[in-house]
Amino acid sequence: MSVIAELSGNVATIGYGLAAIGPAIGVGIVVGKTIESVARQPELQGRLTVLMYIGIAFTEALAFIGIATYFIFTQGQ
Amino acid sequence: MLPLLATADDTGDGPTFVGPSVEEFFPEPVLFIGSPFEMNRIMIIRVLVALIVILVFWLGTRRMKIVPTRFQAAIEYLLAVPRNIGTDLLGEKDGARFLPLLTTIFFVVISANFTGIIPPANIASTSLIGLPMILAIVSYVTFIYAGIKKHPGAFFKNALFPPGVPKPLYLIVTPIEFVSTFVLRPVTLTLRLLMNMLVGHLLLVLFFLATNFFIVELSGGWTAVGVGILGFAFAWSGFEILVAVLQAYVFTLLTAVYLQLALADEH
Repeated sequence: MSVIAELSGNVATIGYGLAAIGPAIGVGIVVGKTIESVARQPELQGRLTVLMYIGIAFTEALAFIGIATYFIFTQGQ
Repeated sequence: MLPLLATADDTGDGPTFVGPSVEEFFPEPVLFIGSPFEMNRIMIIRVLVALIVILVFWLGTRRMKIVPTRFQAAIEYLLAVPRNIGTDLLGEKDGARFLPLLTTIFFVVISANFTGIIPPANIASTSLIGLPMILAIVSYVTFIYAGIKKHPGAFFKNALFPPGVPKPLYLIVTPIEFVSTFVLRPVTLTLRLLMNMLVGHLLLVLFFLATNFFIVELSGGWTAVGVGILGFAFAWSGFEILVAVLQAYVFTLLTAVYLQLALADEH
């Protein structure tokens, strides 16, 4: 069976691209909800901003692991 | 070696653009070559920035007056940032107890991040894994220590077996809790800081190399593109300043949050 299509290059880039979809949507939801809640109760802006940063930190965790997997799973120097 | 960006192949006879690679982060050693203390450009920058931070704070806090001079007022304003993080999340007593840790983490991260934007240095000191890892390990050991000291027998039991969960579900919940608390916290602290700084630096290098390529090596109409890319480089540098401050704030904030979670009393 002959080769119909061929893809060359670095699969890790595609892997990271796929891995980044989820955290991006997640961070968007967290920040959007914060903006919505500040619009409803502006006096809570300080506390809600702190909570937003904490939410972003946890949601972005998987995106960072996505970048690092290339370095973990190859035998590069 | 690990090329992160393939070189742009050019089958014609024009000049070729060579992008940045991971080799950016491993320059040649300059001092004490061959010994365990060999220092390359990045290590020298780290030592210099540590000395500068010590010098700035020493000058700002000696001969303090009740009515502060402008420099002392500026230092006080800066020191209030991690102090507010500590007291907002941990309360008065624990906030004061962990204030040295939070202040150190904040100022180490912010000064090491800033070296990525300052022209002579141009490499963020936190863009190699050593410095973020040390800070994350310090943060990790401190929150475990704080938790063990507060609830001597019950810290691990409460962390791994949260109360109020029906018994059979512990089979699922405990491994998740273990990985999330004891593995992911230091790993994500390290990687968040490292990756933000590494990617920012690579993009800055890419923009400046591209500007050089378009303006110097190609000629004619491409120079306009080069000037446009230089504009991007300036905009990205501004963004890097924001990211530097934000990453310092987030690292300190998360350390305080983990301490608060470790010190929390059970309902």
